[in-house]
Amino acid sequence: MDPVIILQAGVATGTVLLFATLGELFAERSGVLNLGVEGMMLLGAMSAFSIALTTGNPWIGLLVAMLAGGLISQIHAYIVITLQADQVVSGLALTFLGIGTSVVLGEGLSKAGTISLIPVFSIPLLSEIPILGTILFKNQSVLVYLGYFLTPAAWYYLNYTRPGMHLRAIGEHPATADTLGINVYRLRYFYVFVGGALAGLAGATISLAISPGWFSELTTAGQGWIAIGLVIFAQWDPLRAAVGSYAFGALRRLVLDIQGPTQLLGLRNPFYYNPYLGFYLQMLPYAFTIIVLVIGSREAIRKRLGAPAALGIPYIRGERGL
Amino acid sequence: MVQPPSMPSEQVMPGCSSIPGRDGRLVVEMQAIVKRFPGVLANDHVDFQLSLGEIHALLGENGAGKSTLMNVLAGLYRPDSGTILYKGQLVIFSSPRDAIDAGIGMIHQHFMLVPSQTVTENILLGLDQPRFRLKLPQYHKVVADLGDRFGLKVDPRAKIWQLSVGEQQRVEILKMLYRGAEVLIMDEPTAVLAPQEIEGLFNILRAMTDEGKSIIFISHKLQEVMTIADRVTVLRKGKVTAAGINTRETNRQELARLMVGREVLFHLEKEHRQPGEIVLTIQDVYAENDKGLPALRGVSLGVRSGEVVGLAGVAGNGQRELVQVITGMRKCDRGQVLLNGQDITNRPAGYGIQRGVAHVPEDRTHVGTAPNLSVTDNVIMKKYRQSPLARGIFLDHVAATHFANELKEAYDIIVPTVETPVRMLSGGNLQRVILAREISGKPALLVAMQPTRGLDVGAIEAVHRLLLSQRQAGAAILLVSEELEELLSLSDRTYVIYEGKIMGELQESNIETIGLMMTGTPLEQIRMGISEHV
Amino acid sequence: MSEIETAQPNPWWKNFPIYVRFEPRLIEPPRWYPLAISLVAIVIALAIGGVIISAAGGNPFLSYAHIARASFGNIGVISDTIVKATPILLTSLACALAFRMRLWNIGAEGQFIMGAFGASAVVLVPILPPETSRWFFIPVMVLAGLVMGGLWGFIPGFLKAQFNVNEIISSLMLNYIAVSWINFWIFAVWTEGGFQMTPKFPENAWLPRLLDYAQTFPILRGLTTHAGLLLGIIAAIILWMVVYRSRWGYEIRLIGDNPRAAQYAGINIARNTVMVMVLSGALAGLGGMSEVSGFVHRLQTSPINAGYGFTGIIVAWLSKLNPLVVIPVSILFGALLLAGREIQPSGVPRMIQGIILVSLIASDFLLRNRVHIIRRGES
Repeated sequence: MDPVIILQAGVATGTVLLFATLGELFAERSGVLNLGVEGMMLLGAMSAFSIALTTGNPWIGLLVAMLAGGLISQIHAYIVITLQADQVVSGLALTFLGIGTSVVLGEGLSKAGTISLIPVFSIPLLSEIPILGTILFKNQSVLVYLGYFLTPAAWYYLNYTRPGMHLRAIGEHPATADTLGINVYRLRYFYVFVGGALAGLAGATISLAISPGWFSELTTAGQGWIAIGLVIFAQWDPLRAAVGSYAFGALRRLVLDIQGPTQLLGLRNPFYYNPYLGFYLQMLPYAFTIIVLVIGSREAIRKRLGAPAALGIPYIRGERGL
Repeated sequence: MVQPPSMPSEQVMPGCSSIPGRDGRLVVEMQAIVKRFPGVLANDHVDFQLSLGEIHALLGENGAGKSTLMNVLAGLYRPDSGTILYKGQLVIFSSPRDAIDAGIGMIHQHFMLVPSQTVTENILLGLDQPRFRLKLPQYHKVVADLGDRFGLKVDPRAKIWQLSVGEQQRVEILKMLYRGAEVLIMDEPTAVLAPQEIEGLFNILRAMTDEGKSIIFISHKLQEVMTIADRVTVLRKGKVTAAGINTRETNRQELARLMVGREVLFHLEKEHRQPGEIVLTIQDVYAENDKGLPALRGVSLGVRSGEVVGLAGVAGNGQRELVQVITGMRKCDRGQVLLNGQDITNRPAGYGIQRGVAHVPEDRTHVGTAPNLSVTDNVIMKKYRQSPLARGIFLDHVAATHFANELKEAYDIIVPTVETPVRMLSGGNLQRVILAREISGKPALLVAMQPTRGLDVGAIEAVHRLLLSQRQAGAAILLVSEELEELLSLSDRTYVIYEGKIMGELQESNIETIGLMMTGTPLEQIRMGISEHV
Repeated sequence: MSEIETAQPNPWWKNFPIYVRFEPRLIEPPRWYPLAISLVAIVIALAIGGVIISAAGGNPFLSYAHIARASFGNIGVISDTIVKATPILLTSLACALAFRMRLWNIGAEGQFIMGAFGASAVVLVPILPPETSRWFFIPVMVLAGLVMGGLWGFIPGFLKAQFNVNEIISSLMLNYIAVSWINFWIFAVWTEGGFQMTPKFPENAWLPRLLDYAQTFPILRGLTTHAGLLLGIIAAIILWMVVYRSRWGYEIRLIGDNPRAAQYAGINIARNTVMVMVLSGALAGLGGMSEVSGFVHRLQTSPINAGYGFTGIIVAWLSKLNPLVVIPVSILFGALLLAGREIQPSGVPRMIQGIILVSLIASDFLLRNRVHIIRRGES
């Protein structure tokens, strides 16, 4: 029950949520709600593991996972952008599709054996820093370091670049962007793809780095949904998304570790002596998500901020009264 | 040093040959433009010509096809047939971007601005510069300089939602000027301005033509067209009824006739009616708007039965919030609302509805009706809790259909059956549905906000007649409208609201006085001032 | 006049010799249109599903034929199909009601589980002694199912009404919490000899089944169809009357179509949000009760955790939220689930459900728009 170890592992677990949350954040910023994250994550996890198994190369597995997530999300994109159907139901359908297809195609994978994982290493100088260095830079997977890079990159892209400005515009007021020559439809397709690819990456991170293997639906265990909740908590800002993701990662790790030792803070550890109480611990991440949602929603009401104005509304050229 | 993009000179548009223009001074020539939409022929072989440096008005009532024609010119729509010549050469615009690149920019009636972004960001939107990294401070300066040059002062760092409507309009104009637009199309630009601001806009337009720009001015307001335009083209039901006639050689009557096709009465016959008891009292009401800023700051007014009371004011000065407070859709922090002496302050909407408050909302589609439900379902919205429509906890389906059919006959609603979903109705019919619903309840108080917005003259007349007949029948009517002419001709008394305060109450219709009140001068001050200037 | 542009959003299609144009419909399509489109969507879905089955190494024709035979082959399997359909019927009703108001109750799964828990608690705590008469036991269990399910629906409803918390995620999280909850009770408190299930319920706590009357009607021998079906059908009829013929149903439909108009008409949206979610949860909870009391006769993770809540979403959508249509459609899906159990690879039923939903949504588009196929060169 070493806090440093918990945080170190938490950062790793949190990276999964980070990828999925950032992906959904980009999609929602462009105005498209994609509820299919869980399905695409699972698909990513399965395809990454499966490809890594057959080719022996985890990197190819990673790439295929991202591609799979991105391509499947295009179905959702077509339905909600071109056919302008309801985004909520389409996203749900995508979840079922993703989960079902993953389970079908992933049949037999769990007995298939071990694979070579994404490399793990420490960054030379930085890992020497006391406490923080151990948590952040020691023995972490490449994907974790990728996460460190992705967060500030996303933040900078969104707020300080021209394409980022366009992204914000199409999510807030697509009619304006359209009249000024920005192709709202094409950009939305693109950002939905980005969202799907990152969700696939998140899934691959699970099966290739964090908890290697294939456990059918349990592989993702609802993390895709937690990611969607985290986007709201993050108020659509990448930095807050990172805070939320890593915090949740640490929480998951804590839930696992707390059941180990016989003593907890000097007292008898109830979770050690009655393992069934572990079920209550399992509830924690989900309960926390609800709490986080309440916080995020109340803040949105208070600050009169909130979602991108055009989120969830299909864009039809020429319709008045936006 | 960052410069706005240079102005495009003669360019050959992709994929076309060049045809020499008939008149070298013609900037734009549209020939035989046809545009169809599902169920309607919006432009029927329309010709239009714009000369260099002129202000050319495009006149017509709502639905005549003016916006459509200009949307074609601005690249938003592709014409089904017809040609466009720009500076003597054939052009085909496949998107608004093409038109803007060529130098034709349109400023829409509903502003195309992103509320959460700054002025500069809005102006830079869609352009290729800056390449990747936004370096806003530099661009703030460029925008400020451009504004100074044309007399369009605005703070580049401000976010759009913080600006007034007049300022937002300036941003729109700057946006086009930044892109080197030489032809500016303005769609109903004065709809959101007070009379004094309109004068300011006209000065800006004249300054721009002095610099060699050409302007197309879409409007349905005859007086403005006569004031500002050099020439005017009139559209009626998709066809041209007068092409490019000189405004100095015509008058309002003739233009009105060309617009509508028959003699138009400018003043409705309003019978004299002695107002009765006070129905609505609003005392010292304070309320906030959606952003948490004060919208109403001590508003007091009263409406008696059998009279029409008008509320004049530029959009965004608290009218919407006041109507919402009266109809129970917004909380007021202080003050009282009394209906026939009963306190209905901060009661939910249903409370007022049951006591005879009728509300014709500003937003027909998003507030006043449920688009996918049938006409029947929409007309019973206020009466479904009472018999004969309600039987215990059930709804009498047969009675509801019968009721809907009755209303369909009485109010002339054109619809295949009353089961048709309401989203398929035209604007005029939709308003008839709403009016039928609200008036059939024989309301004690009728609050009507922008009741004739977007309707053609026939529908407008029908609405006015309905309002006046309710006045005859003894209803108290509060009319909120941005159309001053409509307001003044219908109202017995008029209040003017500015920044959440009542500037005064007038019995007589003096446009100048009202205009002054609409821009912030209280009535007492005007009365004192006038005696000085006379 | 509608001024809606018919521009194509995908420019790279420009080079095809023919292209497709969409035009919003001006008049309602004929009555049979929605039904035809739904059927076509299902057929396409089955075709796509067949392709995926082949890709995974199975034989689609064998699979589908197996489903048909295994579900409707003889009266015995028809009875089994109905048994499988009963919980789906109730969760679909729950979803159909909530979706009417555009409340996306994805938590039907959790509400189902908690309803099962409530009913089980009556037997296992025990709240009522085992000798209690059946006429007392069953109604109390029904009540428990309704209350627990309703409670589980109340939470997301309240959070949405008070804090505008997204009900999709909150109800979904409650699903996972519900699973953990009953896992604890099944494994730690009520376990039967260390297995993953509780002891069998006393027979007084079982919903009556057809085979109970096999003495009088020998044909009913072996038929496990139970009274849960009756509960479901009654619920469907009541729900239909509520939605289409009552004042409350009108309010629900109005809120679902345009909440601002509903507010303008004086309807209290917050109160209706909570009430609808509670009722929706109660219906799903009833489903849970009927499953433990009518079919499984104990509380165990396997059928309780079988995804009836999610299937309910699809059935509700497929039935276009009409409570009466839900009845036959849920039987169809009961068949799918029953036979699908034995199909290799497993997970096929879930995947097919997803494909059906996707096809359905895509086909909804055809209801609102007319499609023209135009040769390039024509105007």
